[in-house]
Amino acid sequence: MTDRVPLLEVRNISKYFGNVIALKDVSMSVYASEVMCLLGDNGAGKSTLIKILSGVHKPSEGEYLVEGKPVDFNSPRDALDHGIATVYQDLAMIPLMSIARNFFLGSEPTKGWGPFRRFDIDFANRTARAEMAKMGIDIRDPSQPVGTLSGGERQSVAIARAVYFGAKVLILDEPTAALGVKQAGVVLRYIAQARARGLGVIFITHNPHHAYAVGDRFTILKRGRTFGTFTKEELSREEMVRMMSGADELDALSHELSEFARRDAAETARIDKQLAKSLEEAEEIFEHDGSPEQKG
Amino acid sequence: MTSRTLPKTSDERLVEAGLLKRLLTRPELGALGGAILVWIIFAIIAGNRGFLTLQGTASYLEVSSYLGILAVAIALLMIGGEFDLSIGSMIGAAGATIAVLGSVFGVPLWLASLIALGVALLVGFVNGVMVIRTKLPSFIITLGSLFILRGLTIALTRIFTGRTQVGSLDQLEGYEVLRLLFGGSIPIGGANFPVSIVWWLAIAAVATWVLMRTRFGNWIFSAGGNAEAARNVGVPVSRVKVTLFMATAAAAWLVATIQLTVVKSADTLRGTQQEFIAIIAAVIGGNLLTGGYGSAVGAALGALIFGMVRQGIVYAGIDADWFQVFLGAMLIVAVLVNNFIRDQAEKARR
Repeated sequence: MTDRVPLLEVRNISKYFGNVIALKDVSMSVYASEVMCLLGDNGAGKSTLIKILSGVHKPSEGEYLVEGKPVDFNSPRDALDHGIATVYQDLAMIPLMSIARNFFLGSEPTKGWGPFRRFDIDFANRTARAEMAKMGIDIRDPSQPVGTLSGGERQSVAIARAVYFGAKVLILDEPTAALGVKQAGVVLRYIAQARARGLGVIFITHNPHHAYAVGDRFTILKRGRTFGTFTKEELSREEMVRMMSGADELDALSHELSEFARRDAAETARIDKQLAKSLEEAEEIFEHDGSPEQKG
Repeated sequence: MTSRTLPKTSDERLVEAGLLKRLLTRPELGALGGAILVWIIFAIIAGNRGFLTLQGTASYLEVSSYLGILAVAIALLMIGGEFDLSIGSMIGAAGATIAVLGSVFGVPLWLASLIALGVALLVGFVNGVMVIRTKLPSFIITLGSLFILRGLTIALTRIFTGRTQVGSLDQLEGYEVLRLLFGGSIPIGGANFPVSIVWWLAIAAVATWVLMRTRFGNWIFSAGGNAEAARNVGVPVSRVKVTLFMATAAAAWLVATIQLTVVKSADTLRGTQQEFIAIIAAVIGGNLLTGGYGSAVGAALGALIFGMVRQGIVYAGIDADWFQVFLGAMLIVAVLVNNFIRDQAEKARR
């Protein structure tokens, strides 16, 4: 793969927000017909990296290349014009609008001229259904509201839309995060489908199982830095999990938890002792005053 | 429907939606049913008292037409995710502007009306820009402009004319032009159908066309459905909303001009509470208060129900005091019915 030019590449990217280091010296790339998984725990810098890739943020340092040429994006529109489309988890679709209307929102096909220029709804319906069919999903009725689709299907509409409008690189921001097992499987299949059609896919997730299922290469982020990029052969799933969560930290955590438990036990014993003492005292008082039964 | 599917993912989803179920998903269905029901009720209780005559029909259609023009514009704005409570005041303001310009400054009435349209568009523009810039709910902004506009109208009209009503406008220059456009009527079978009905139907038709068949219509739905998502794909959400505010104010101007032409006078209090009634009509017509869903035809039907009830009560000989009770109850019932139908339709599609 090294002899080809990557569709998208960043070299030694850093991003500072004031004195907070969000990203430091991160490099990654994605080739055509490849799924690059971007992994990391919450706060690892995934969101910052995506925002740089999709043109929302500018990197503080480092190079951004598209098909080998340096680029400088000022807006998400610039990135889109270079064929880099980002599908966000929740802001992708408008539930009450139809599939076809969502599909072409902002880029509606028209026919006619002057005051009679109108939204070509037939073309929109036909195309939306055909493009979804290419993704391997059959929609009964492109005029049905997106809200009637499942979460996985909604993601697939967004993916199909990005592909249709000429995306070469597809950035998917946690597309499986809010989904059940079965629906996540559906989305993973679309990711594989997009790869088969020659796209470079950057798949952001914090689920190593989803990543391992479709990924070709893996870039692991932790605390704004990268552990590097690994191919599937170089990295077992277990190693991946260890790197993501940080095995040392897990050890530290379990030590801390056992400490809690030990302290807890000591505390409980102390309270028990106190309780027994006060009970004894109470009994003594009863013996002096006489119990209610004796009175009655 | 193509039949090629992924074997495991599309399984139970292949039941075709029948025509009836498709109809059930239209937002205006509830209003259509309601309109038919109301017509039948009054045909029974007031059928022999003139409700069914052509003149009776013309009378409730005229009432419906004034409200319908407002309701259709409000419906578009509501679908776009915003409210306008200032349209009632705008009616008074537009009428007073025309009357003051005509009677005090000697401006020909047709020109005064055009100037009033300009004023209305400006008010709509300011409303829209205020909502976008301040990010406050349009409910608050236009509640403010409701009082500002009404106050300005009364104060300025009193300064210029010494009164709050201006009459005998038909004596002024340029009235004939207005009468031709807005004050005429079409005789059908001995009854006179006011031209305002034509305006109502035309505006409902144009609004429906814009909503369903233009890019702008798609943008209106998206602006109300999820403004952030719409912006992400390049929809000029702010421009859409400001345009809708301007259209709503223009609708208020049209109603003001029609009323002024027909009754030949202006009253600074005209249009009071019309904003609520227009919103009720739009909601009865299946427009969601939260935006992103609705129909112009539905709003026009909501206005038709309103007109039939208002005039039907008169024909039936019921005390007109009861009208507001009807109106309020109808609003609540209509929303419940619409929600029920929408739920059923969603279930049917799944």
